[in-house]
Amino acid sequence: MTTPALTDIAQAEQGTSLWQDAWLRLRRNRLAVCGLAVLVCFILIALLTPWIAPYGYAQQNLELGAAPPSAAHWLGTDIFGRDLLTQIMFGGRISLAVGFIATAVALLIGVTWGAIAGYAGGRVDAVMMRLVDILYALPFMIFIVLLMVVFGRNMLLLFLAIGAVEWLTMARIMRAQVQALRQQEFVEAAISLGLSPAAIIRRHLIPNALGPIIVYTTLTIPSVMLLEAFLSFLGLGVQPPQTSWGLLISYGAETLEEYPWLLLYPGLALTLTLFSLNFLGDGLRDALDVRGARD
Amino acid sequence: MRWTCAARGTDRVLTVEHLSVSFVTRMGTTRAVDDISFTVQPGKITAIIGESGSGKSVACYSLLGLIPQPPGRIDGGRALFQGRDLLQLSATELRKIRGRDIAMVFQDPMTCLNPYMTVGKQLMEPLLYHKKVSRAQARKRALELLEEVGIREPASTIDNYPHQFSGGMRQRVMIAMALINEPKLLIADEPTTALDVTIQAQILDLLASIQKKRAIGVLFVSHDLAVVADIADQIVVMQAGRIVETGNRDDIFRNAQHPYTRKLLQAIPRGGKAEELPASEALVEVRNLCTWFDQGAEAVKAVNDVSFDIHRGEVLGLVGESGSGKSTIGRSILRLLPITAGQVIFGGTDVTALAGRELKNLRRKMQIIFQDPFASLNPRMTVYDALAEPLLLHGIESRSTVAASVLRLMDDVGLARTYVRKYPHEFSGGQRQRIAIGRALATRPEFVVADEPVSALDVTIQAQILELLRELGREYGLTLLFISHDLAVVRQLADRIVVLHQGKVVEQARTRDLFERPQHAYTRQLLESIPGRSLLAMDA
Amino acid sequence: MWRFVGSRLLQAIPVLLVVITVTFFLVRVAPGGPFASEKAVIPEVKAALEAQYGLNLPLYQQYTAYLGDLSRGDLGPSFKYPGRSVNELIAAGFPVTAELALYALLVALGIGGIAGVVAALRPNTAQDYISMSAAMIGICMPSLLLGPLLILIFGVYLEWLPVSGWGDIPGDKILPSITLGSAYAAYIARLSRAGMLEVMSQDYIRTARAKGLPEWQVVVRHALRGGMIPVVAFLGPAFAGLLSGSFVVETIFQIPGLGRFYVQAAFNRDYTMILGSTVFLAVLIVLFNLLSDIIAAWMNPRLRSQFGEH
Repeated sequence: MTTPALTDIAQAEQGTSLWQDAWLRLRRNRLAVCGLAVLVCFILIALLTPWIAPYGYAQQNLELGAAPPSAAHWLGTDIFGRDLLTQIMFGGRISLAVGFIATAVALLIGVTWGAIAGYAGGRVDAVMMRLVDILYALPFMIFIVLLMVVFGRNMLLLFLAIGAVEWLTMARIMRAQVQALRQQEFVEAAISLGLSPAAIIRRHLIPNALGPIIVYTTLTIPSVMLLEAFLSFLGLGVQPPQTSWGLLISYGAETLEEYPWLLLYPGLALTLTLFSLNFLGDGLRDALDVRGARD
Repeated sequence: MRWTCAARGTDRVLTVEHLSVSFVTRMGTTRAVDDISFTVQPGKITAIIGESGSGKSVACYSLLGLIPQPPGRIDGGRALFQGRDLLQLSATELRKIRGRDIAMVFQDPMTCLNPYMTVGKQLMEPLLYHKKVSRAQARKRALELLEEVGIREPASTIDNYPHQFSGGMRQRVMIAMALINEPKLLIADEPTTALDVTIQAQILDLLASIQKKRAIGVLFVSHDLAVVADIADQIVVMQAGRIVETGNRDDIFRNAQHPYTRKLLQAIPRGGKAEELPASEALVEVRNLCTWFDQGAEAVKAVNDVSFDIHRGEVLGLVGESGSGKSTIGRSILRLLPITAGQVIFGGTDVTALAGRELKNLRRKMQIIFQDPFASLNPRMTVYDALAEPLLLHGIESRSTVAASVLRLMDDVGLARTYVRKYPHEFSGGQRQRIAIGRALATRPEFVVADEPVSALDVTIQAQILELLRELGREYGLTLLFISHDLAVVRQLADRIVVLHQGKVVEQARTRDLFERPQHAYTRQLLESIPGRSLLAMDA
Repeated sequence: MWRFVGSRLLQAIPVLLVVITVTFFLVRVAPGGPFASEKAVIPEVKAALEAQYGLNLPLYQQYTAYLGDLSRGDLGPSFKYPGRSVNELIAAGFPVTAELALYALLVALGIGGIAGVVAALRPNTAQDYISMSAAMIGICMPSLLLGPLLILIFGVYLEWLPVSGWGDIPGDKILPSITLGSAYAAYIARLSRAGMLEVMSQDYIRTARAKGLPEWQVVVRHALRGGMIPVVAFLGPAFAGLLSGSFVVETIFQIPGLGRFYVQAAFNRDYTMILGSTVFLAVLIVLFNLLSDIIAAWMNPRLRSQFGEH
């Protein structure tokens, strides 16, 4: 909002917003920065996989069979002689996609639900959150297994099913945020200025609730990826010919005595991603903590 | 300097010499306490006075090893207590002194007692730990002390949990806990700051009588000179980690040398408005206002059948203790809370039924200033955004012209124009309150509710903000509803005063009349509780 | 207090009803009947089988019949194991799963609780960083990876511990318990650290120190109770997670528990078994959530007295 009159003040000091503050703090957190870097790398690789993968996805070499890492196959090959690095790269696309898309689903439902419940308050809030409580009490892993059985192993359904589990916590967090913010005097001040509810939500609530939501989103992605890995491991998630890290790990686990690399490298890829996301999430939590910033 | 000579035998409980404490953080080292010296005598109260950040609490906590080290670091000095230097003792030796020979009472009784443990257990703990007494003996002693500090029927309440006590009662429990081992020295850190004025007066009386009776030396830390005016023997004034002045009470109050001490003295609210406005027509009429809150089965009648007028151009003080419903009234008038029954008539229109465009237009004419300058500003909006919002919203300025108005507003509330792009967290409490006042005045309202606008601020800042409100009130021709728990503050500003008690009006009168001829017993109690009675007597 | 328990129990009933209904209809509308996979079933035989299991009745009659059986605690016959009832299968599998979950919970509470408290007592020191890094590993190392890794290390290379079965060879319960418990140990470590840090910064801890209590007494007598409330409240959800998580661990270590039966039932479309175990687990989880809520509330005197008043 630069205006002529403002630029006239020669020595107007530049303020530091809480976002800038947070970014500075995040940059000082080495683990979080590493996590971010690894994550960006993995995402880039996943996006570019079809062009940069060393071998074709379905390319087999039955004569070679399962071979340990070598110059030709950096991470070795599986029992069909398929290049493991290529498998991991393609599997990563699915694993990351599940992570991001299901989280987006959870984010969309959870934030909307929580914001409405928190802002409306009263009976609306009671009913909405009662529903969340009820859903919380359900054995969700069991339900997802059930869904996968009943409707077949459909990727879209997998996203939706996982998203449908994870939105609950998101809704609770958002509601708690909105409720806490609503009681803040600056929101009362905005009401007394005559702002409409929509404007209050847009200008005063969302910018202040964003921090925890970002943090929690970062922490939801790994738990979603883990869920996918669980399902694939049990044979209820991603189906061949598609693959994911969870599926690769489950194959690797079957032959871990003979071909340990088939377990280790996909496991490493998954763990590294989970680490990065968790460190980034923790770093963001520290960096965005407004309370901490004040002290 | 006389206090630096060594402690002579028994006439001093505590002798602190050249104490310096620093905090070492990644950002660098800050000297929190810089070369301070003072003494505490048995049976006497030494008060350390300073505003937030003056290092007064750090000084006391460092004596007992209660500051976290690191980041805290004691740089030097001596603290002689019973012939031993507290600063040289090991953690174990210090622990044996804490709670036995030196006890503490803290500021907020709501948070200082363990909510998961019965009061009795907490009370007996120091006795059981430091002295070889049986549980039964400890309990007997605890009961005696509870009785002594004024807890009624201690036998039936000793096994209650803290949340079952009121704030004042909890502070009495804290005092009993401090006394249970008959300490030689009591350190009281703002022990009445979190309490209502009437409770504050009671606790101060209790402390003074107990201390006289047992000849305990007391180190009384406070931000408020008025609070210690009646009880302190010796006063130490601290500013930015240093002692600027030390003296006995009369010296400090009659003959303060240092400009900062004089500034603190001036900041004590005294006297009333020079001329009180003659009655004029009513701008706001509150008629039989009820605001109840649903809480479970029963409604909490926060405001119950309250009626009063606010005259155009006057400052009406609304006074009451916590829970009296004073803030609820302010918010009810402004339509920030749904009212249960009654009418609020503003400039001839009943505003309780307004909605939509009419309500928005009304909002332009009435504004509010809140107590907590930290919570009342959106942390993600710059000063510019905060001040421009109301101007743009009500179409008073356009985007192209708003900047000039924002800057004028900043001038009016005494903020440097160069701060216009800064965010709330970059300002001090007083500066934030100026921003909040600017926001409230942006639409040039006729009527402003100021809800405890200074009670979260340091005393010297309080005086500045009150002065600002006075000036702006004149300049903008405001009608002001000034809500406060502090009669002395209200007296300075208000033309008339309404006294609230438990959701009802107990008395309303012109300010001078109220102070000179209070009608209601509760009003008299409030007046008697104003800290610094002896100070007022000194004035007279 | 009893009102609180009673009202929570009453609230649990609709939850369970929803679970039962949704599961029932989901399973019934699923494509491919229970006998679809069996090759070349003669139509007459299939009809006879369906009649035997009541599958030829209208859906709502099947539903009410099921509810009726359920109210008597009868989960019906298994479709896949002729002659065995779901009750029998659960009775065979559940004790194993419960034992596994219990050990895992002990691992989680023991390791996690201690690590969290230890970290919180000296925040931002090596002690804290090491504990919390270990916790991070626990969170990021999923059991489906940790299990095989432990097998590889302790079973295959070191040959210290058996790698499969349950209760057959001494020591075969160790690896599964650790595998299942590790993630929860990590969560509990973080929860208890956060809880303890929160409590240790409270004013009443300063009061306790001002009384001259030694630090360990301050921690044990004053801090632990408040600091552990979040952990206790987490035990219910943790138990639910352990039961669900046991699917994977039981698969890895070939443990004949309920989780494996369930996954097999899922593959085989053994409707009554899926339905029965889901209902059974849902009831358990709801009860455990309730229990941990009650204990957490009981630990807080303020809440306790509120319940007392109502």
